[in-house]
Amino acid sequence: MAAEEKLPAWNEIPPGGIIIEPGNAEERYTGDWRVFRPVINQDKCIRCLLCWVYCPDSVFHIIDEEYVTSKGRKYSFSLRIDYDHCKGCGICVEECPVNAIDFVEEVK
Amino acid sequence: MAVTVQEAKVTWKRLPLSSNYAVAYAVKDLDVDVIAAYPITPQTTVVEKIAEFIANGELNAEMIHVESEHSALSATIAASAAGARAFTATASQGLELMHEILHIASGLRLPVVMSIATRALSAPISIWNDYSDLMNTRDTSWITLIASSAQEVYDSIVQAYRIAEDPEVMLPVMVAYDGYLMSHTYEPVLVPEDNKPILDYAPKNYNRIKLDPERPITMGTLTGPEWYYEFKYQQVVAMKKALEKARKADEEFKARFGRGYGLIETFNVEDADVVIVAYGGLYGTVIEALEPLVEKGVKVGAMRLRLWRPFPVEDVKKALGNAKLVTVIDKAISYGARIAGPVALEIMSSFYQDEAKPMIMSIIAGIGQRRITEDTIREIVDYSFKVLDRGRAPEESLYWGVRGVKYE
Repeated sequence: MAAEEKLPAWNEIPPGGIIIEPGNAEERYTGDWRVFRPVINQDKCIRCLLCWVYCPDSVFHIIDEEYVTSKGRKYSFSLRIDYDHCKGCGICVEECPVNAIDFVEEVK
Repeated sequence: MAVTVQEAKVTWKRLPLSSNYAVAYAVKDLDVDVIAAYPITPQTTVVEKIAEFIANGELNAEMIHVESEHSALSATIAASAAGARAFTATASQGLELMHEILHIASGLRLPVVMSIATRALSAPISIWNDYSDLMNTRDTSWITLIASSAQEVYDSIVQAYRIAEDPEVMLPVMVAYDGYLMSHTYEPVLVPEDNKPILDYAPKNYNRIKLDPERPITMGTLTGPEWYYEFKYQQVVAMKKALEKARKADEEFKARFGRGYGLIETFNVEDADVVIVAYGGLYGTVIEALEPLVEKGVKVGAMRLRLWRPFPVEDVKKALGNAKLVTVIDKAISYGARIAGPVALEIMSSFYQDEAKPMIMSIIAGIGQRRITEDTIREIVDYSFKVLDRGRAPEESLYWGVRGVKYE
């Protein structure tokens, strides 16, 4: 109850639940919805970016960081997951053509 | 054929129009941008006429053909969300199919206007009039006007946009009238030669919050228990404001165009022991029946409810406060309720907290367009005086005219 009282009153918020400020979903932390965590195996990853395409929450970030695999293959970028917004749906795990994303149970 | 009438600064032409056509003319004169509707008896000719106006180039609007009323209202609110002045029309089963979207239109605070040619509900199927469809929308947060003549239908559609698009209201408006009894009967209606005065009275509000790629917003979000209640309370406040906005819209309409209706209409209530309350086209029959009685000195009057939501409590109490008995004729049944007339219930609740109040009798009539003639009204008046003599109104609604039921 105390937490609710700190929120703005009925006349301090936009009408009809309309969000007038674009992109503010970023401010909402949804990472704790996750039961399983997708973990990228940078060595197996072929940088096809299908995970980036399929992710419903746009959590795959392309990082300007070179990577050389154990077999000597050189990539000009790497991928990183934004765990603050990944809900752990597992779509990336399912779609990855080379099984480079592991799905690991979250443990406290 | 049209007769030209000059009134104030507006040049009017007098046309023979059904209430459905009166709606279409109002939509044309209001320069509505988007219309989406699905045909249903007795509403169909509204949209047919609008389609004709668009085809003739008299109205520059987008007509969206949809596969159901659920889609019709969805398309209408989508157009409204994008900033357009949007319109739809329906009746009966169509209004029922729209039901969940009714709440979305008001919840998103979209100033959609819809006309309802009221009709009974299935099963069994009836294409004829009563107000069961309209009364089912009572709690949807739509402002609801009930007109009693084709002229008032035209004028109310014009007023509806003015009320809906008011920045302090931003709620959808329904304008209802009797299916068939009004939707398909012709009356002389004054429409303007040129629609400029209409648009001056009800200018389009394009400055509202809308979907715009240049300034992205999100509508229809998920709200948790800590937010939802506040948005619903906003609607409560907007509805309260709508009452005075509707009054002002009508007053200004009268000042500009010479025609006004008020939120309620009364006949001889100052001098009446019994007041008959009705809505829609029935009020005309009531007045026709009462006029000769009043001339003979019978202390009877009448009140017509024009604004149903928000309910004009103070106006109604002022009009009925002098009466000894108020007889409310409802053309809808709230099944399982002892007082089954929705308007009767509302009037009772308006007086409940008061010490001095009239007796109130609820009568159900006109269901599925069961005929209500002037004789029916005079029988109801006679019965009302009998009840007044007994000093106690019936505890239950009376189902007037149903075969096999007699009231002593």
